[in-house]
Amino acid sequence: MTSTPADVGSRGAPRGAAGTTPAVPPGGRRRRTLSSSQWAAVGFAAPLLVYLVLFYAYPLWRNIDLSVHDYTIRAFVQGDAEFVGLQNYVDVFSSSTFPTALWNTVVFTFGSIAFQFTIGLALAVFFRSSFRLSSTLRAMFLVPWLLPLIVSASTWAWMLNSENGIVNSVITAFGGEQINWLTSPDTALLSVTIANIWLGIPFNLVILYSGLQNIPGEVYEAASLDGAGPWRQFWSITFPLLRPVSAITILLGLIYTLKVVDVIWVMTTGGPGDASTTLAIWSYREAFGTGQPDFSPAAAVGNLLIVIALVFGFLHLRLQHRQEASS
Amino acid sequence: MQHHRRTRTTLAATTALAVVGILGACSSSDGASSDGASGDSAAGGTYTWWDPYPQHDGSSDWEARVQACGEDAGVTIERTAYDTTALTNQALLSAQEGTSPDVILIDNPAVSTLADTGMLTTVDEFGLDTSAIDQNLLDAGVVDGSAYGIPIGANTLSLYYNADVLSDAGVDPASITDWDSLTAALAQVTDAGHKGITFAGIGTEEGSFQFLPWFWGSGADLTDLSSPEAVEALELWKGWLDEGYAPNTVINNSQNTVWEEFLTGDFAFAENGTWQVNSAAEAEFETGLVQLPGKDGGVAPAPTGGEFIVAPVQEDTARYDVTRQIVECMTTPEGFVETATTFAYYVPPTAEGQEQLLAENPDLEPWVEAVQSAKGRTSDGLGNDYPLISEALWTAVQNALSGAATPQEALEAAQADAEAATS
Repeated sequence: MTSTPADVGSRGAPRGAAGTTPAVPPGGRRRRTLSSSQWAAVGFAAPLLVYLVLFYAYPLWRNIDLSVHDYTIRAFVQGDAEFVGLQNYVDVFSSSTFPTALWNTVVFTFGSIAFQFTIGLALAVFFRSSFRLSSTLRAMFLVPWLLPLIVSASTWAWMLNSENGIVNSVITAFGGEQINWLTSPDTALLSVTIANIWLGIPFNLVILYSGLQNIPGEVYEAASLDGAGPWRQFWSITFPLLRPVSAITILLGLIYTLKVVDVIWVMTTGGPGDASTTLAIWSYREAFGTGQPDFSPAAAVGNLLIVIALVFGFLHLRLQHRQEASS
Repeated sequence: MQHHRRTRTTLAATTALAVVGILGACSSSDGASSDGASGDSAAGGTYTWWDPYPQHDGSSDWEARVQACGEDAGVTIERTAYDTTALTNQALLSAQEGTSPDVILIDNPAVSTLADTGMLTTVDEFGLDTSAIDQNLLDAGVVDGSAYGIPIGANTLSLYYNADVLSDAGVDPASITDWDSLTAALAQVTDAGHKGITFAGIGTEEGSFQFLPWFWGSGADLTDLSSPEAVEALELWKGWLDEGYAPNTVINNSQNTVWEEFLTGDFAFAENGTWQVNSAAEAEFETGLVQLPGKDGGVAPAPTGGEFIVAPVQEDTARYDVTRQIVECMTTPEGFVETATTFAYYVPPTAEGQEQLLAENPDLEPWVEAVQSAKGRTSDGLGNDYPLISEALWTAVQNALSGAATPQEALEAAQADAEAATS
């Protein structure tokens, strides 16, 4: 995200300007025109560059700066933090919370995405065939997206409450045993994952639905003339033709899910103990969750998350290049 | 491909134009507002005041009281209210930028944190007299022997009970004097088909806040989280959960949730604070109060809550004189009582103020007693080690109550974490 607009500004603009030059007569004037149009290009790009530096590059640099210094509160105010190199990272990796948080992040992220994507795709295919009220129903599926997170997370916390929650009252009404959804170390992570899946379905639905609109109807007509049933049509037409859209949906979902703090924080604050602590929650807790802000380790964990997201971003870019090359 | 590139270029140009537009708009409005600001400050002295009471808006009694103190000192006070946690962060940021407000009202455990950064003036530097303030309350703001603020009032925890439930179960509240009698009462109440007790065990400062009366009441000390006394306190809570005297939800309960559960009328007891006095009086059932019992009797020390008034260091030291007048205005005996009644949940931190409050409102007697036996979380020389110890403590409470570890194991891990964090 950070680097692409910069590319567009600096690389794309001069090329576009070069595209207009054939109208200008050749000779000595050509150089001057080129450079002045280049200046214009730089002028146009400058605000964007300033914006990027101010709001992307500087915070990123500051985050790295925080993570290689020992910012106690005192040092934070007085600005004399000691340089400690990679010590904060060493502390993070050797902390007893790290393996738990990493594992929880993996389970939470991949669990969420697998179900969000599958359910979102199923719903998108379902809504492709328009029927009465289909657009109304589709709009209703967007509700989780429109609700403020604090509202939906609190509602989930209330529904999953051990003693008074509606989920447990249904379970006990059918003779089951009370499940301590949010307060047992075995189910806390599952509970927040379920809530997050529910929250992510609309996003997947919307993107995949618009992807489906781009698949021409004739392909399906031809397929049904050839005798392909709905199942066969899905696997041989919808799924392969939807692959580029799917890839970007999953990538965006991955980045969103990696950094989820609010849902988990409202429902369990990462607890009980560390049972539902992901890397993002850990970072937030170090920085803002206790009486004593600990910015350096928080920044180190935050940077770790950025690196993880970047790795997947590059993976996506590579896949895309390969796809473009083959097509 | 060619087509694609052109779209990108157009996009870039459009974005560039849009940004220029926005920047232009910003700069022009900036100019307008800075002109306005300079006009204001030229008109007279404006002193900035931050507090954690966003519930009291510009038209509230509290705002009027703050303004009155400003008028007495001949200046205008510009009051900004933040959420409690946000206030600490804002204070730190402003200190870093060198734009601290003149006066901050801040939650007491944060005082030692702020003091440690060197951003606060001491009470002595300001020439304020703190001799009348109760020592146990003042202690929360003492770092290395210097006081960095004055409590404007104090609140603490106690045990509310539902009189209807107790009489139905045949429990006499006066019989609750130690842990055994409390547990026996809980057994009696649950046998009668009611719910026992609810408290907050959430994984934040609130969880530690609510556990401390039991922790201290058992004789444990925050410097040794895994002492046998500490384990006993955690086993008490864990035992209540196992027996069904307390609901499993306490693990995620905040103090507000505790109070909501209590107001349903099902629970015999709820651990909660002075700030619920009015709500308790308005409950649909009769409520009462017993002091939180120590393990072997007596009143357990509960942690003190409440805000301190502090004065951050200013570049322009000429401002201190007026600031002192504002602080003094807030900390006279009359000022304390006025603050107490404005908030309906503050006990004045001086003997004189407490007498005046009780003369006006004798019902608050148990709370005054509770505040007198309360203890600052950051006292005992813990200072800004407290937040680190507290985090280890609430994690242990969470792990033990949820069954992830036994109380013994959980507290041993907590002690190890606390030692590592504070060393």
